[in-house]
Amino acid sequence: MTDIYYTKDHEWIKVDGGEGLVGITSYASEQLGDIVFVELPQKGISFDQGKDVAVIESVKAASEIYSPASGEIIETNSSLEENPEIINDDPLVAGWLYKIKIINKEELKNLMNEEEYNKLIGV
Amino acid sequence: MNSNRGLDHDEKLLFEVGDVNRTGVDLSEPENLSQMLGDSFSDSEIGLAGLSEPETVRHYVRLSRKNYSIDAGLYPLGSCTMKHNPRLNEKMARLEGFSEIHPLQPISTCQGALELIDLISSWLKELTGMAAVTMTPKAGAQGELCGMMAIKQALLNKNESHRKIVLVPDSAHGTNPATAAFLGFEVKTIKSNREGLIDFDDFKKNIDKNFAGVMITNPNTCGLFETDIVKISELTHKSGGYLYCDGANFNAVVGKLKPGDLGIDAMHINLHKTFSTPHGGGGPGSGPVVFSERLEKFCPTPLVENDKGEYDLIESLDGKGLSNSFGRLNVFHGQMGMFVRAMSYMLSHGADGLRQVSEDAVLNANYLRASLNDRLTPAFEGYCMHEILFSDDFLKDTGVETLDFAKAMIDEGYHPMTIYFPLVIHGALLVEPTETESKQSLDHFISTLRDLVDRLKEDSDSFKAAPVFTPIRRLDETQAARKPILRWKEEPLIAV
Amino acid sequence: MRYLPLTNEDREDMRRVIGLENVNQLFSNVPNSVSLDPTFNLPNHKTEMEVGRILSGIANKNMNSNQVPFFLGAGAYKHHIPATVDHIIQRSEFLTSYTPYQPEISQGTLQYLFEFQTQVSLMTGMDVSNASMYDGSTSSAEAVSMAKRITKRNKVVISPTLHPQYAEVIKTLISADEDSIDYKFSENLDFSSLISKIDEDVSCVVVQNPDFFGSCHSLEELADHIHSKGALLIVVVNEVISLGMMKSPGDMGADIVACEGQSLGNPLNFGGPYIGLMSTKDKYVRQLPGRIVGETNDMSGEKGFVLTLATREQHIRREKATSNICTNSGLCSLAFTIHLSLLGERGFKKLSKLNHEAAIKFYDKLKNLEGFKVRNKSFFNEFTLELPISAAIFVEKMAGKGVLAGVPVSRLANQDDSFSNLLLVASSEINSDSDREDFIKLAKEVCYE
Repeated sequence: MTDIYYTKDHEWIKVDGGEGLVGITSYASEQLGDIVFVELPQKGISFDQGKDVAVIESVKAASEIYSPASGEIIETNSSLEENPEIINDDPLVAGWLYKIKIINKEELKNLMNEEEYNKLIGV
Repeated sequence: MNSNRGLDHDEKLLFEVGDVNRTGVDLSEPENLSQMLGDSFSDSEIGLAGLSEPETVRHYVRLSRKNYSIDAGLYPLGSCTMKHNPRLNEKMARLEGFSEIHPLQPISTCQGALELIDLISSWLKELTGMAAVTMTPKAGAQGELCGMMAIKQALLNKNESHRKIVLVPDSAHGTNPATAAFLGFEVKTIKSNREGLIDFDDFKKNIDKNFAGVMITNPNTCGLFETDIVKISELTHKSGGYLYCDGANFNAVVGKLKPGDLGIDAMHINLHKTFSTPHGGGGPGSGPVVFSERLEKFCPTPLVENDKGEYDLIESLDGKGLSNSFGRLNVFHGQMGMFVRAMSYMLSHGADGLRQVSEDAVLNANYLRASLNDRLTPAFEGYCMHEILFSDDFLKDTGVETLDFAKAMIDEGYHPMTIYFPLVIHGALLVEPTETESKQSLDHFISTLRDLVDRLKEDSDSFKAAPVFTPIRRLDETQAARKPILRWKEEPLIAV
Repeated sequence: MRYLPLTNEDREDMRRVIGLENVNQLFSNVPNSVSLDPTFNLPNHKTEMEVGRILSGIANKNMNSNQVPFFLGAGAYKHHIPATVDHIIQRSEFLTSYTPYQPEISQGTLQYLFEFQTQVSLMTGMDVSNASMYDGSTSSAEAVSMAKRITKRNKVVISPTLHPQYAEVIKTLISADEDSIDYKFSENLDFSSLISKIDEDVSCVVVQNPDFFGSCHSLEELADHIHSKGALLIVVVNEVISLGMMKSPGDMGADIVACEGQSLGNPLNFGGPYIGLMSTKDKYVRQLPGRIVGETNDMSGEKGFVLTLATREQHIRREKATSNICTNSGLCSLAFTIHLSLLGERGFKKLSKLNHEAAIKFYDKLKNLEGFKVRNKSFFNEFTLELPISAAIFVEKMAGKGVLAGVPVSRLANQDDSFSNLLLVASSEINSDSDREDFIKLAKEVCYE
């Protein structure tokens, strides 16, 4: 059973056991427009919740991605390096950014569930 | 297939029309002496394409015809001050006594060069009412860096390097926060109020013991004079900080008031804006910085010293007057070629002419405002300074966006205004006509814009398709950024 | 006033349309404590003829390099510039246009910048180049700052033979504390000592080639050592004409190349405007500062050019930009690219050879001159001459006799006495046999009479 949480900065995290898969929401990918480049974090580096871990660039904007949870990066989506448009096409599945080993599950309480997030973006 | 259209010629890349065997320069024959380069010698092919002289001329002349220019038409880019570039400036800069001298030749052989630097320095100090000036910054952005480095150095000198916070209004040009951050300051954004001015209360609220200073563009990028500027400078100084003024919009007030009277500590001046040196398709610029007495001693190397008409150049950090300097910004002494051009312009106008410059620049902008305010939507009430800011409200419900409107102007023969800047106004359109446009020219521009607005409702499709009369249509910027092709290669990379 | 088209009647009409009594109403936002129309202690406007006379009078006080035998270099070099170059860069469409933000009406600028980027990449042996920087010194500082971003390391090792003012600029612009920059100006470039300084905190090693004293170096081995420590090699080139005869920085293992490009197309101008070149490897392109032009297609499929990768820049990233740089040296890069197109491969290599041979001929004359010694084992078109007297005094005396003889090393070394007798002398295609003979004859007089 996976749980999915959202941040106010439009990231999602799918939690599976001690690991979390992170990406951006459909809403965010639409707002950004055509994504042209993604700068992903290095494997093995640790981040605190809310710290900027990655950058997503469209033609006219660069947006920071803030980590939804604290932990160590254990995998990144290398297919995005060559084909960043995957995020536009499929932000929730194929367009995931990185996988993180969550060190403090309590933190997830700071995040929103789907219903709360939908309310935030006015769906 | 021939893709020429009338006077618009298709022109292939240099590397497609030229080759490694052609040359357009006659040189004497080398004597094949044995080389002295040691093991760094190489004779392998570089791959540089060459052309004969007639082919070269044709290649670049054909390319030139694909460019808009201020010589060909009104160029209303807000905050860029695209004014006429007098040709006298060019002639003066090409005097061999200026263009053919080396930056490190003996001081006794370049007294004229140092005199010129001293002369332009004294004009800039007098026009701004400031204590000192440094001429070395190579462009406005480097001028900003220079001014902020002097502030950083002054704080260091007072043992106050804990002061890390630089306040920057949300309407500021992007170089401001980039500059402050580059120097390790922490940038805090202050809000504009509904009148497009700095919210003095918000400014006040953000001052604490870590306040280093504030960067203000005045007149600001909304085309408005910051009414509270004196209050802001007083509070800034009382709180132990410094006021940096971005002088990009100096053209609105040159010869009309002295920025020194506003209480600023440093301001860069874009010689390529206010003082008519050509923009050259993106440089070279020149960004001298004037300083208040509080910052004077922290200015960068080198300095020109005038001892009763004998000029000297102080180049080393332990030199006279430079012991507190923050260092050197670039090799040699600045953009001499631009100093000569700007000096030629200043001498031509004189004090009386420069006052007329700012009055006419502001009058022209307000004439546009008064003639367009029932069609476009001015972002703020009241008079503007030398540029007028519109929001995209007039485009509401037409399906046309600011970008489309700008592109449609191209089909009408105009370079668009600055768009989507400042960021504080939705779909912003910032128009700066400058003082070198005639009333006839403005009237034609006005009627073109009015006609365009009137066409919005019935013919929005043509805006979306524009421009159509240009050598090339709208370009795919996404493709360019996703799969960058940044140079020619024998077998060009094909983007997938 | 000849630059102002409005007549007084126009002004009056316009004031009426706006609804103004007088123009000062437009300045009503200016605080009362600030005086409008203050007195300026400056003269009033002048005619074109008057301005011409004033400025010509000032210009004539300088000794210009066209009047006398000339041997100065040290980062700025005199070459013959074909007449075509200055003619084309004065075309309105190039001279008086802005940064190419509207690509549909700026293809002229965008295409020549794309060609320029290709030329710079080829001659430096790198994958990509930007559309130019202010000058070689700021390019070098930007290169260091780029290397720090890429490696996420702080320390910088600078070769002792880097142009001293370049080193000062790097120190100033990367605003580093003294400890993180290793630089001690000296005539001796010892690779093993450089290598010994590279540890896990070093981001880059900066080497000038030919170096400040004119010596040429093969850098492959050094590059291997640098790379084995995870650091980058930055190669600085002051005299780009040397690239016509030397292994390219890229071939020698450079990661970033920063050059002063003034030698092609741009006159001496007392130090500016000049043009910085900057090139790197494909993998670092998103860390490259400054404007970059890329190829793409328009909506009807035609090939065209745009400014691209703009998200690195200040107008989008604001405080997170790679650099605060805004302009490039547009018109100087045009002069550069026209000059290089005229030369082509053949002309460029020939010019390079002529420069080298001019220096060799000078060297051959000087090496037998009593009391003078050339310090270099290798050189391209510039070398260091040890004089029997102070170089600073020597150049003044030579100037008095009508020769601009060179650059005293001490002038750039904060008047350090240990360099006092060293003079940098540059040669190029402009120097004739009689220039060299004049130098030799007068040098003897100056030193021994």
